Amino acid sequence: MTGSTSGSRLHLPRYLREDDSLRTPIGFPDYRSTALRAPLRTPVDLPHRLTEVTGPVLGEDRVLARDADLTWRNDGEAIGQRILVHGRVLDSDGRPVPDALVEVWQANAAGRYRHVVDNWPAPLDPHFDGLGRVVTDSLGRYEFLTIKPGAYPWGNHHNAWRPAHIHFSLFGRAFTQRLVTQMYFPGDPLFEQDPIYNAIPAAARHRAVSRYSLERTQDNWALAFEWDIVLRGTDQTPLETDDDGDVA
Amino acid sequence: MNPLDVPPDPAVPHEPRSGQRGSGFLTAPFRLGTTPSATVGPYLAIGLSWPDGIWAADEGTRDGVWIRGRVLDGAGDVVPDAMVETWQADPDGGFASPEDPRGVASYPGFRGYARAQTSTGEFGVFTLKPGRVPDGHGGLQAPHIDVSVFARGLLDRVVTRIYFADEADANAEDVVLRELPEDRRSTLVADRTEDGYRLDVHLQGERETVFFAV
Ligand SMILES: [Fe+3]
Repeated sequence: MTGSTSGSRLHLPRYLREDDSLRTPIGFPDYRSTALRAPLRTPVDLPHRLTEVTGPVLGEDRVLARDADLTWRNDGEAIGQRILVHGRVLDSDGRPVPDALVEVWQANAAGRYRHVVDNWPAPLDPHFDGLGRVVTDSLGRYEFLTIKPGAYPWGNHHNAWRPAHIHFSLFGRAFTQRLVTQMYFPGDPLFEQDPIYNAIPAAARHRAVSRYSLERTQDNWALAFEWDIVLRGTDQTPLETDDDGDVA
Repeated sequence: MNPLDVPPDPAVPHEPRSGQRGSGFLTAPFRLGTTPSATVGPYLAIGLSWPDGIWAADEGTRDGVWIRGRVLDGAGDVVPDAMVETWQADPDGGFASPEDPRGVASYPGFRGYARAQTSTGEFGVFTLKPGRVPDGHGGLQAPHIDVSVFARGLLDRVVTRIYFADEADANAEDVVLRELPEDRRSTLVADRTEDGYRLDVHLQGERETVFFAV
């Protein structure tokens, strides 16, 4: 108990790590590009100290009003099925994560990205760039209007097609909470042959799939899909002292 | 008498019963399953490019340093489609974050966070060398930067740290470095260059960088 009275002992939250059986592994043999890129050694445990429990504040100043509507670019409307994607950003304690930057990017309705290395012969849409940014509100809610992305081939194996997906990048409050992921659409027939989807342990795959939302679907306007994103929460058990070099 | 018909006595403090079967309370704390990660894929530049991404410190800030390096794969080839993110303390050891229990620090011209892509063959971020940060036990950590690397072919980010070769004394007593096998410590230590520091990230191979589970 010596440290607890010295004033030099910092009481920091400890961010819970999801069980390995529910986390996407860094490498997955069926996803071939991981072979030379995913580290092979076991990572070293890094106790959460100040650098890990803090994180940048990135809010409204990084976002323009138009960034929440991907369907209108260059004075024209993107081609495709208009969809409203919405949900909440929470931590695993169930607390909303307010004022959090959410960055999204996606292919157009034909499955083509506006990117120099995407050259498969599907049309580009002059009115779609595939980039969106929003900040969660005080209740952790986000929403953006876009078009449903198409599937695209990617050469990983014979007849490899990515299921329709939207890429998401999120900052929570802390370095430990950083997340980059992909949102899928319910019932996609391409799930079965997609190693990026199947790299997620079976028991956690449903967490990557959005839900069709009739409640938010807008009559004569747009389908709605709901997807809640859960970042790591903290261990609420107070740690008074410990002797293993961890921060209590 | 139906217990539901008895109004609660405000003089009696509310005490939930312990978490036993049938008590109506869960024994385990409430938890939501976390969203699984996925690769950024090859088109990360669409969603993650910022005009001011590389500036953890404003351009021209006095004592600013460039931290540069390559990301290399298991064949020794340069990875041209990675993103490197850095997060660190300011030169006084404070963080521009409300999560710092010592309070939010503010250091002129300094954001503490940068992101850089490797499309030119290497990443480069402009920053200030961090100060020493308490280790939570009355000691100080050596100056360090927390790093995340994202890329096609990585289904989750990998996390590492950058330390500085010209901080040998501080490095020798750092709680994290000290615990690593001696021959692997150097994978985290950036060399001094003319305008800053340089450190390559080796995703695999002989010199595989030390990566951390956070
Ligand atoms: Fe994609």
